[in-house]
Amino acid sequence: MKPGGFLRAVMLAGFLFLWLPILLLVGFAFSADRIPFQWGGFSLRWFGVLAANERLLEAAWLSLRIAAASAMLAVLMGGGIAFALARFGPFRGRAIFGALAGAPLVLPEVVIGLSLLLLFVALEGLIGWPAGRGAFTILLAHAGFGAAYVAVVVQARLAEAERSLEEAAMDLGATPFVAFRTITLPLIAPALVAGWLLAFTLSLDDVVIASFLSGPAGTTLPIALFSMLRLGLTPEVNALGALVVLVAGSMLALALWLLGRRRA
Amino acid sequence: MLKATGLEKRFGTVPALVGLDLAINAGEFFALLGGSGSGKSTLLRVLAGFEAPDAGTLTLDGQDLLPVPPWARPINMMFQSYALFPHMSVADNVAYGLKRAGVVTEERRSRIAAVLDLVGLQGLEARRPQQLSGGQKQRVALARSLVMRPRLLLLDEPMAALDAGLRERTGLELRALQRKTGAAFIMVTHDQQEALALADRIAVLEAGRVAQIGPPQEVYARPTTRFVARFLGAANVLEGRMRDGVFESVEAGADIGSDLPAATVAVALRAEHIRLTNTNEAPVVTGILEDAAFRGDDWLLIIRLKGGASLRVVHPAPPPTAGSAIGLAWGAASVMPLFA
Amino acid sequence: MGGGIGDAAFRLMRRGILLAPLWVWLFMLVAAPVLILVVMAFATPADGVPPFTLGLRFAAFAMLVEDFYYAEALLAALRLAATTAGLCLLIAYPMALGMAGARPPWRLPLLALLMLPFWTGFLLRIGAWMGLLRDEGLVNHLLRGLGITDAPLALLYTQGAMLAGMVHAYLPFAVLPLFTALIRLDPALLEAAADLGARPGRVFFSVTLPLTLPAAAAGFLLVFIPAAGEFVIPELLGPPEAQVIGRVLWQEFFQNRDWPLAAALALALLALLILPIRWFQRLGARA
Repeated sequence: MKPGGFLRAVMLAGFLFLWLPILLLVGFAFSADRIPFQWGGFSLRWFGVLAANERLLEAAWLSLRIAAASAMLAVLMGGGIAFALARFGPFRGRAIFGALAGAPLVLPEVVIGLSLLLLFVALEGLIGWPAGRGAFTILLAHAGFGAAYVAVVVQARLAEAERSLEEAAMDLGATPFVAFRTITLPLIAPALVAGWLLAFTLSLDDVVIASFLSGPAGTTLPIALFSMLRLGLTPEVNALGALVVLVAGSMLALALWLLGRRRA
Repeated sequence: MLKATGLEKRFGTVPALVGLDLAINAGEFFALLGGSGSGKSTLLRVLAGFEAPDAGTLTLDGQDLLPVPPWARPINMMFQSYALFPHMSVADNVAYGLKRAGVVTEERRSRIAAVLDLVGLQGLEARRPQQLSGGQKQRVALARSLVMRPRLLLLDEPMAALDAGLRERTGLELRALQRKTGAAFIMVTHDQQEALALADRIAVLEAGRVAQIGPPQEVYARPTTRFVARFLGAANVLEGRMRDGVFESVEAGADIGSDLPAATVAVALRAEHIRLTNTNEAPVVTGILEDAAFRGDDWLLIIRLKGGASLRVVHPAPPPTAGSAIGLAWGAASVMPLFA
Repeated sequence: MGGGIGDAAFRLMRRGILLAPLWVWLFMLVAAPVLILVVMAFATPADGVPPFTLGLRFAAFAMLVEDFYYAEALLAALRLAATTAGLCLLIAYPMALGMAGARPPWRLPLLALLMLPFWTGFLLRIGAWMGLLRDEGLVNHLLRGLGITDAPLALLYTQGAMLAGMVHAYLPFAVLPLFTALIRLDPALLEAAADLGARPGRVFFSVTLPLTLPAAAAGFLLVFIPAAGEFVIPELLGPPEAQVIGRVLWQEFFQNRDWPLAAALALALLALLILPIRWFQRLGARA
C-alpha cells in the first residue's frame, strides 16, 4: 500500500495540527513581549521570571518527587500484579483480580479522584490515618492507577518470555527465586523501565486526581499551572513549556542514542 | 535405575497419565513414542519435576524423587523450544547450571570448553542465541544440559524444530553423544522413524499409559495392540475373532492364518508383506482393485475385499487396470496377532 | 498448567504470601473507593467537616432525575465524547494509513512524532491553544493581518475551541490501534485482492477496512471513554454553558460541597460508560 498524495497530505496536516501549537508555545517563550504569543524581540526574560516564581518551583519539585516515588511503587505493585496474572495460572478470584487490576485504565479521572478522596476521608474517620490530604495521598492515588498501566506493559513482556525459560533455569539447579532474579527479571527489565517512565509521566501530568486529593500542602505543578491558566495565559507558561520540551526532547535523544549504541 | 509405577495425572477433567508404569535402565537410549495427547510430554514434565503426579511413585536408584524439586533432581532436560536464555551468550548459557552448583571458575571454564568441543561449537562462545542457526541452538541446549553430567537426560522432541535434512545426521550424533557420555537418554518423539532408528528400547504411549515397551525391532515386528500396529506403520488391521484355532474375519471375507494365540482380537499386515497371486496359486483373500498410485520404486494399491474391508498393498510392478479382480496372499509369519 | 514444584501445600502458601499484598492493594485503591462512592451517594449533605451525614436516602438520585440540568450535563458529555471520538477517527484513519504506508525505516520516527506530544505536558498544550485562540491571540492577528476580519473573533471559550483542544489531546489514542492493525495486516491479502482484479479503492473497502474495523472501534472507544469524563478542557477552552458532567461533578464537589450529589453523578457517569467499557474490553480480549 503506497501512500497516495492525499494520504501523505492528511498525515502531514495531522502532524502539523499536533505539533504547531507546541512549537509556537516554545518559540514565543523567547519573545520579550508581556502578552503571550506576541513577538516583541528575542529575550530570555520570561525564563528569569519563571525562575523567580517560587510557588511554581516548589510545586514542580513536589511534583517530581511524587512522580518518582509513585512510579517506584507502581512498578513494584504493577509488576507483582502482572507476574501473578501471567505466571500463577488459575487461582481463586483470578477474574476479579484481573478486573480490579484493569479498572483504573477505563475509569474516568473524576471518578477515580472523587472515589479515592472518599476512601481517604473514610479511613481517617475510622482509623485516623491518613491524617488529612496532601502529597502522600496524591502519591498513593498516582501509584494506584500507575500500577494498572505498569501491569499491562509488564504482562505483555512476560507473555513474550516463554515459561520454559524459567523452567530451564530451575532444571539447571536454580530455585524459583534465583530463576526469577537471573532469568525473569533481566528479561522484563526493559518493560519495568518503560512502565516506570509511563507511571512517572502520568503522575507528572495529572491535574484532576491530584486536585481531589491535595490538601493545603499538596500543590503539585499541574494544580498550580491549572489555577494560573484559569486566570489566563502568561508568558511564564511559554517558558515552562519550552523547558519541558527541552528536557523531554533531550531525554528522548538520550534514549535513542543508548538504543542505537546497544544495537551497534 | 529410574522406576515409575502407577503414575496418574489429570488437568481438570482431562486425564494425561492413567496408571503409567515405566522402568529405565542406566545408560540406555530410551524413546517415548506417542501422538499428541498421549501423555508423553506430561510424563517428561513429571520426571523433571515440573508437574506433581496425582498418584503413583517415582524413584531413582531406589530413592523417592517426588518430594525433590526440579532444581535438586539429578536429571536434566532439553526443551523442545530449547529455552536458551536470550540475554546470555552461549558460554553463559552453558555456565548457568555450573554456577548454580557452585563450580569454581577454573573448573567451570574447562568443563564449558570440553562440552562445547563435544558438541562441535568451539568458537561460538560469545554469540547470543538469536545469532545461531537452528542446529547450533539445539547443540547449545544439549551442551547446557550435558555439562551438568546428568545420569539421566530428558529430551523433549529434540529434532522437531530442525529442518528435515538436518534431522537424520543430528539424530545419529545424538546417539553417539549418548554412548560417549554414558548417560541414560529419554527422548520424547512423535516420529516413529526417529524412535526406531535411535533408541535401545521404545515405549509406545496411548491415552496416558504404556501400550507396549521393548527393543525397536521387537515392537516393530510384534506389535500387540491395534494402536501400536498402526502407529508403527502397519497399514492394514483386520478385525475378526478366533474360532477353533482359526482367525475368522468377516470384513476380509475369509479366514486369515491359523496357529494364532487364542486371545487374538485383530491381525495387522504390513502393505509390503502382501503380494498379488498369480493364476496357479490359491489366494488367501480376493478383492477388487480400487485405486493405484505410483510411488517411484513401487505402486501403492488400494484393494476392496469381498467382506468390505480395504487393504493397502505395495506392488513392485505396474498394476492391473482399476476394477480388476485380484487375489492376495502373504506368508504366515507376516500375520501379526493383536490383543487389544 | 501450574508450576507443579515440590509440595503442593507449600506452593499454595508461597503463592498466597505473594498474592496477599496485591489483593490488599487492589481492594484498597480500586474496589473500596467505588464501594464508598455508592455509600456516599445515599448520604445527606451537611455543614461540617467532612460535609455529610451517612444514611440511606435517595435525595441525590432524585435530584438527578428531577433536575434536567444534570441529565443535560450527562448528554452534553456523551455528545462531546462522541463528536471528539468521531473527529479523531476521521483524522486518524488517513493518518494511520499514511504512516503504515511509509517505508519501514520511517515508521519508528513517525510513531515517536505521534506519541511525543504526551511528554510535553497536557496543560501546556491546552495553554498553547489558549494563546492561539485568545482575542489578541495569534489566529486573530493572522486573520486581521490578512484582512479577513477587522474586529477580533471570539474564538476562545467556544465549542470550537473546546473541540480543537479535545481532538488535539486525544488524537494519538485513535491513531495508535489503527496503525498497529494496519502494519500487522498481511500484505499477501492485499496482493491477493489486487490479483483477483480489485482496484486500489476496492481493495481498501473490501479488505483493509473490514479487517481494521475492530481497531477503529478500539480507537473510537479509547477516545470516547476518557473524553466522557473530561473536565479540564471544557473548563479552560469551552464556553461557560458547556456544562459537561465532569465539570458539573467538579462544581458540586468543590463549590457546592455536596458530596452525595457528586458521588451520585460519578455513579451515573459510570453506569453510562459500562457498555462502552465492556465493548472495549471484549475488543481487547480478541486482539
